[in-house]
Amino acid sequence: MTPVEQKETAMQYVDEFRDPALAKSLLKQIARVAAQISRPANRPLQIMEVCGGHTHAIFRYGIEQLLPPNIELVHGPGCPVCVLPMGRVDDCIAIAEQPDLILATFGDAMRVPGSKKSLLQAKAEGCDIRIVYSPMDALELARQNPLKRVVFFGLGFETTMPSTALTLLQAEQEGLSNFYLFSNHITIIPTLRAMLEEPDMSIDGFLGPGHVSMVIGEAPYDFIASEFNRPLVISGFEPLDMLQSLLMVLQQISRGEARIENQYRRIVNSAGNDPAQRAVEAVFELREHFEWRGLGSIDHSGVRIRERFARFDAEREFALPNQSIVDPAECQCGEVLKGQLKPVNCRLFGKTCTPDKPMGALMVSSEGACAAYFKYGAPQLIATAGGEG
Amino acid sequence: MCLGVPGQIIEILDPQLNTALIAVSGVRRQVNLTCVITEGVQPSALVGSWVLVHVGFAMSLIDEDEANKTLQLLAELDELKDALQPLQ
Ligand code: SF4
Repeated sequence: MTPVEQKETAMQYVDEFRDPALAKSLLKQIARVAAQISRPANRPLQIMEVCGGHTHAIFRYGIEQLLPPNIELVHGPGCPVCVLPMGRVDDCIAIAEQPDLILATFGDAMRVPGSKKSLLQAKAEGCDIRIVYSPMDALELARQNPLKRVVFFGLGFETTMPSTALTLLQAEQEGLSNFYLFSNHITIIPTLRAMLEEPDMSIDGFLGPGHVSMVIGEAPYDFIASEFNRPLVISGFEPLDMLQSLLMVLQQISRGEARIENQYRRIVNSAGNDPAQRAVEAVFELREHFEWRGLGSIDHSGVRIRERFARFDAEREFALPNQSIVDPAECQCGEVLKGQLKPVNCRLFGKTCTPDKPMGALMVSSEGACAAYFKYGAPQLIATAGGEG
Repeated sequence: MCLGVPGQIIEILDPQLNTALIAVSGVRRQVNLTCVITEGVQPSALVGSWVLVHVGFAMSLIDEDEANKTLQLLAELDELKDALQPLQ
């Protein structure tokens, strides 16, 4: 397909949008503002969507193909399943292998590869691993199985962190002695800072995560504008939300501004959610550092359980291997996460790394950039990359 | 994991524990309301309201129109079935 044909096919998608006329008008404005921003020809504007939910929606709706060629979307590290390091999966399996123990986990984590196996494989080998919808379901398992230890595999950014914290507070109130939490909760802010501090950082602006922001509010992002002079717009998840947010980012860039704006006011209160913040503060404290798959160790980017709740902490209860396992050398996830490489240009993409047999983190969940490319990406791109999908 | 599921609060189960029953597309499920209760307001005042639920916890009050749009978005992203299945 020629670029023009590609664009025409992509435009048909717009008719699926809730308000195609509004979508077309937003796209026109985006093209107009983007044209006003002067760039060297070989250097497109790079806008990063931080949240995996946005990544998924961008691919599902073919949003990237609708944009002018001087805008490139970079798919950020905001998929908690994708950035879970292999060493933590190994730790989790070591816990699950203990006798008289039930490991409770969200379904998303089952397929994440550890250095030897995934939780799915551990379950097939006989470990008692249960998929739960909520940490409260794990608490219920602990009540129903008083003779077993029940460990909840806590995972996610600030969107799910309050739920885990409130569950632990409830366990304490009930005096449950067989419930444990293995905390792998992470926080996106230090990781954004670490990325911005990299010398070759080329991202020009950000779409901010909608539901993380619903919990933390707007203020934590201030440094992105004040210290790094980049705009960030907190965005909703509908295609129209994302187009509008993108336009707001471009308008700031074209006027030489850098501010934190909130397109998703109908959900995100500028101060965030107070009860949620208080629960998180009561239960968790920042770790010195935490390991992210594809990005390495990042200071203060994970949370652990406070001393007061030590008896619920799986890391204190179990002797864990706690090893840092380096990603396979051929994986190029880090470069993709930083926007230096398109997923299809990774040497493993579609060859040894596929959603069925992921080698790297970004192929694991539909919120990871590589899996999204594989599922929805322009087929001709995949063909030129020599993929089998 | 990021999107959450909208549900309508149909009954308060335990006002001490802030638990309630919500309905999503005909499916019922127990959720925790702690994060949407403002101090001094009785949980019972929330019956009939729509909330955005993440992993069993209501994280934000939403209006019905927003709830319907989100349900449609989840359906279009092929996530509605996945989102509802663990509720059943
Ligand atoms: S194709 Fe696989 S190895 Fe390469 S960047 Fe993507 S997830 Fe990582």
